[in-house]
Amino acid sequence: MAMSIALKRLSRSFSTISSSNPLRVCVVGSGPAGFYTADKLLKKHERAEIDIIDRLPTPFGLVRSGVAPDHPETKIVTNQFSRVVQNERCSFIGNVSLGSSISLSELCAIYDVVVLAYGAESDRVLGVPGEELAGIYSAREFVWWYNGHPDCSKLDPDLMSTDTAVILGQGNVALDVARILLRPTFELASTDIASHAVAALEKSCIRKVYLVGRRGPVQAACTAKELREVLGIKDLYVHIDEADLLKTPADEEELKNSRIHRRVYELLSKAASSGASHISGQRELHFVFFQKPDRFLESDDKSGYVSGVRFEKTIVKENTESGKQIAAGTGHFENIECGLVLKSIGYKSVPVDGLPFDHHKGIVPNVGGRVLSDASGDRMQFEKGLYVCGWLKRGPTGIIATNHHCAEETVASISEDVEKGVLIPMSSSQQKPGREGLLQLLDSRNVRFVSFGEWEKIDTAEKRRGMLKSKPREKLTTWRELLKIASE
Amino acid sequence: MYISKFSQLGARAVKNFIEAPLASTSRVLHLPLDQNRYLLPLMQKSFTTAADNAFEEPNEEKQKISVTFVDNDGEEKNIKVPVGMSMLEAAHENDVELEGACEGSLACSTCHVIVMDVDYYNKLEDPTDEENDMLDLAFGLSETSRLGCQIIANPDIDGIRLAIPAATRNFAADGYKPKPH
Ligand SMILES: Cc1cc2nc3c(=O)[nH]c(=O)nc-3n(C[C@H](O)[C@H](O)[C@H](O)COP(=O)(O)OP(=O)(O)OC[C@H]3O[C@@H](n4cnc5c(N)ncnc54)[C@H](O)[C@@H]3O)c2cc1C
Ligand SMILES: NC(=O)c1ccc[n+]([C@@H]2O[C@H](COP(=O)([O-])OP(=O)(O)OC[C@H]3O[C@@H](n4cnc5c(N)ncnc54)[C@H](OP(=O)(O)O)[C@@H]3O)[C@@H](O)[C@H]2O)c1
Ligand code: FES
Repeated sequence: MAMSIALKRLSRSFSTISSSNPLRVCVVGSGPAGFYTADKLLKKHERAEIDIIDRLPTPFGLVRSGVAPDHPETKIVTNQFSRVVQNERCSFIGNVSLGSSISLSELCAIYDVVVLAYGAESDRVLGVPGEELAGIYSAREFVWWYNGHPDCSKLDPDLMSTDTAVILGQGNVALDVARILLRPTFELASTDIASHAVAALEKSCIRKVYLVGRRGPVQAACTAKELREVLGIKDLYVHIDEADLLKTPADEEELKNSRIHRRVYELLSKAASSGASHISGQRELHFVFFQKPDRFLESDDKSGYVSGVRFEKTIVKENTESGKQIAAGTGHFENIECGLVLKSIGYKSVPVDGLPFDHHKGIVPNVGGRVLSDASGDRMQFEKGLYVCGWLKRGPTGIIATNHHCAEETVASISEDVEKGVLIPMSSSQQKPGREGLLQLLDSRNVRFVSFGEWEKIDTAEKRRGMLKSKPREKLTTWRELLKIASE
Repeated sequence: MYISKFSQLGARAVKNFIEAPLASTSRVLHLPLDQNRYLLPLMQKSFTTAADNAFEEPNEEKQKISVTFVDNDGEEKNIKVPVGMSMLEAAHENDVELEGACEGSLACSTCHVIVMDVDYYNKLEDPTDEENDMLDLAFGLSETSRLGCQIIANPDIDGIRLAIPAATRNFAADGYKPKPH
């Protein structure tokens, strides 16, 4: 019988321990939010038994598929995450997707506690004409492509028909993408970048990159570390218009109150005034401020393809309601010609069936990580046993460390509810099946899950392949390869 | 997790290393930089214990300084830290709960500590641009914030007290923005 196969794999893959009255927890998503949540729960609750599921056969979320390949130090955190799964009360169950392999209501019926930490796997849209033209990608897709995420290994962006790329947005993701396009490829070749990406970048004709922000240098969303890095790229001409650096009194006030913005502004000013001249043949990076995308222009020669972006000049002024400085159009337009556009204006979470979701903010409505089912009445109503953490809880901002604090908060809420006695059933007849129930269900649907041990096979294979090319790893970039190595 | 298992890992590496023949001493230098940086102080330490006492300075004990960590709940832990060791490593060796996501490679800001006494803060060398870049992102930044992996024990800071910042309960729902410095 099919079921016995899964159960055999179960006993091989996991050490089965069970306390008399365990707290059965499922964490959905194995990025920083998922791992920090699991870690904190294991420490806080001796009876917690935690399964971390992920739709990919590989763990670590954006640490694997987002963090830039030339930032190996940032990925060291995976050592710490791997030690979490080594705890016998914790396991990783990959290749299981919430919403398709299993529904939310099924998961809630199987586990006492479900923590959703499945990140933000879609994109904010601009909503301007021409957004669907070929040659326009979201930064998320482009990043997944160079990081070897199996959903984008076939993206194959055309880097050869144009010498100019426009990146919309000036956050850290925008800077990552700019750096990958502009950094000498021999420097990238020794990183864990996907080999299809190095091959394409080696042939790339992109010489000029515009990084366009709708507000000014005082409001730039990037951080000093990433900015310093991009400004320091070898053999790169950086252009910043000094006129853009003029500050209003409101800008001065904003800088006074924000250390990050102050330091970013200083770096930009220094780069603007360095007066380096453009040596021919040098690649170019242009910081463009106060321009918001108005429409995308279609190529005359190549129908359906982008040939440029039309921008509206903006001024930054205070929104009286929010007190924030926002960009307002001035009615003056200008075009930048380009054959490649990367929209880096932010990620967006996607809801699953049965999950309360705030479509405007793109997050699951919550208070301290407890999922709100209804906030309309006087009393807040929560979904019993359902919690949220990470980008799905806060929106798509913050570094890896932010998720540590975020998990601390979610786990504190869970602990409070455990103490109140709302989560653990009183009698054993009410006990939920936990992992065994999950695996039986997956088995009945022929979902072939990937255990942590099987991920380690992928890990070993990638490292072995990497060694041959003097890379830390050569990522497996297709579903087929990943699942094949996992079952070897 | 990392705290105890972290040091276990380090200890295992050190053990393997010690068991290797002496001639392989130079091999240590070929370890990847990060690993090397992390392991070296551990190795030196184990070496002095493993090796003949004749190698040791007679005043070895004096080469340790006193450091107090104060955690989220105000609980204090006093430890002795050999000169040359970073506060992150010292914390991990002594089961003090200080995060160290990037294991001391100046890429994460999770080892953020607040020097509790300004005089001690002033005795430290100024943070580099790179440390300041990471401090920009530290949770609950204060005037005397530093990264634990960048503070190295030296006799001048004997008696230093370091607070591990508490995560606030009212963690902002729409993203945390660090406080101005
Ligand atoms: C391009 C990029 C670069 C970055 N670089 C850095 C950096 O250098 N340093 C830094 O500190 N921070 C960086 N960040 C930020 C950091 O990656 C995030 O703060 C963090 O990853 C968010 O954690 P998370 O767990 O909420 O989401 P994620 O890391 O996205 O994890 C979500 C996980 O859920 C899984 N999942 C999704 N849908 C489902 C489903 N339906 N069922 C099951 N599983 C699912 C995904 O496969 C993924 O593993 C970067 C972010 C991006 C986008
Ligand atoms: N090395 C690292 O530490 C690292 C690397 C990568 C990512 N990250 C983190 O991951 C998070 C996500 O990064 P991100 O770059 O995706 O997001 P982000 O920092 O929020 O930046 C988004 C950018 O898009 C712009 N934007 C948004 N909507 C727009 C619109 N409709 N039209 C024009 N521009 C628009 C924003 O401008 P406005 O400011 O005007 O809204 C901003 O410049 C950040 O917290 C980041 O720090 C960290
Ligand atoms: S441990 Fe990462 S910066 Fe100190």
